[in-house]
Amino acid sequence: MDVLTTLARTFFDWDYIRAVLPDLLGTGLWNTLVLALSSAVLGTVLGMGLAVMGLSRSRWLRFPARVYIDVFRGLPAILTILLVGQGLAQVTRPLFGYNPYPLGILALGLIAAAYIGEIFRSGIQSVDRGQLEASRALGMSYAGGMRLVVIPQGVRRVLPALVNQFIALIKESSLVYFLGLLASQRELFRIGQDEAATTGNLSPLVATGICYLVITVPLTHLVNHIDRRLRSGRRVAAPNDPDGPDGPGDPDGRGGPDALAKLNLTVAKEPA
Amino acid sequence: MTSSATQGPPRDGATFTSVSVEVRDLRVSFGTSEVLRGVDLRVERGQTACVIGPSGSGKSTLLRCVNRLQEPDSGDVLLAGESVIATDPDALRQRVGMVFQHFNLFPHRTVLDNITLPLRKVRKLARDRAEETARTWLAEVGLADKAPYRPAQLSGGQQQRVAIARALAMDPEVMLFDEVTSALDPELVKGVLGLMAELGERGMTMLVVTHEMGFARQVSDTVAFMDRGRVVEAGPPEQVFEQPESPRLRTFLSQVL
Repeated sequence: MDVLTTLARTFFDWDYIRAVLPDLLGTGLWNTLVLALSSAVLGTVLGMGLAVMGLSRSRWLRFPARVYIDVFRGLPAILTILLVGQGLAQVTRPLFGYNPYPLGILALGLIAAAYIGEIFRSGIQSVDRGQLEASRALGMSYAGGMRLVVIPQGVRRVLPALVNQFIALIKESSLVYFLGLLASQRELFRIGQDEAATTGNLSPLVATGICYLVITVPLTHLVNHIDRRLRSGRRVAAPNDPDGPDGPGDPDGRGGPDALAKLNLTVAKEPA
Repeated sequence: MTSSATQGPPRDGATFTSVSVEVRDLRVSFGTSEVLRGVDLRVERGQTACVIGPSGSGKSTLLRCVNRLQEPDSGDVLLAGESVIATDPDALRQRVGMVFQHFNLFPHRTVLDNITLPLRKVRKLARDRAEETARTWLAEVGLADKAPYRPAQLSGGQQQRVAIARALAMDPEVMLFDEVTSALDPELVKGVLGLMAELGERGMTMLVVTHEMGFARQVSDTVAFMDRGRVVEAGPPEQVFEQPESPRLRTFLSQVL
């Protein structure tokens, strides 16, 4: 009984949790999301560039992409964050002042780009060669065929892996606290850790963990959802598609409008 | 040419504006294996030539040299006397339509978008003009009602007819067909071959690589038999099928007929 009470007080002390919640939700959550989202955008853009370079026929484009990816995937994230965040701080101080966020975002984005680049490359490579050939045969340039036909299909296939990478980024954004943050700049982890240190109790960190889970668990399930859809062959429809996910999907792929007409007919008749 | 792309197919019974094709001493090697060892072939304007022969004989490679999806090591192809080697590949491919064995429709786009995409991006048509042209061609191949669907929602035969419409919408002067019925269920083959025969009748110059001997016999003006990278025998279908001269063609025909 005593052990249980001790454990409960160590991890789930409601008073400590209630004390840290306003900071977590008011400051930490926002800062974490800013870090994760900004670096995700940066990583996706750079990653696409790396993927296209990696698939180029020119070795002078392939080689730098290869080296970049090897280096940033091979280094511990914390090392990259410290090198970029502290190393470049002197140079960028006139621009950003003492705000470590821009460099933190840059470091996280550079790391993410290496992983996302590999994800995109594998996705684009998995698209049937015939797609580019058909594009070329219709008079499109290599770049046009890649941009309009091949890359959109490749990206669609790796959406689950991409969301996984975004989840990793949300968690890794906690490492930015190594760069030193002002009170208003603290993200989720730093707030929880500060509070745990001052109170000598781990409950604030548990509350922090729950905040992370509130973001990451729905994303994980989103991954599973997308994955299941891609596997079952149902297309993830673009918003302007006339045959959206609830459109005339027929399992054997032979139905067409007739199948839809039959379906509508049955549904319409039911109430009568 | 560009202006006629906006007008859709030739009206009732009218003919296509097509050109002659002349293949001259075409040679292609992949590493140490010679795939084409000096191929010559002439297709007059508005005529249909079928290329038959065992697999690996270089039929597809020959076809791919015409629109330079494959660069020949030497030799040339002349369209109305103009060298394709001397023509910019992207410009060349606007004059040469190609249909593939596995359709190669764009699965992430609707049937309509499959046809409008190259019209808009290559021919630079405005969206409404492109859609108008695309719908005309879809109607022409009997699939007007399939415009909003994804390719995967169509049967193989319907997909192949969309692919043909997509190529024709670009207003080509020559059409290349690379074993376009080989991936189809037997009952779907007829519709595609019928459509191709109709194009031939309307004056499209066509180069057809096929295993459909019935089609080759009935529809083509010239049949070329290829084996090991060479045209072994070529001539009118009656001659090639009824009086084959070379032993290799006789053996081949006895196996496929």
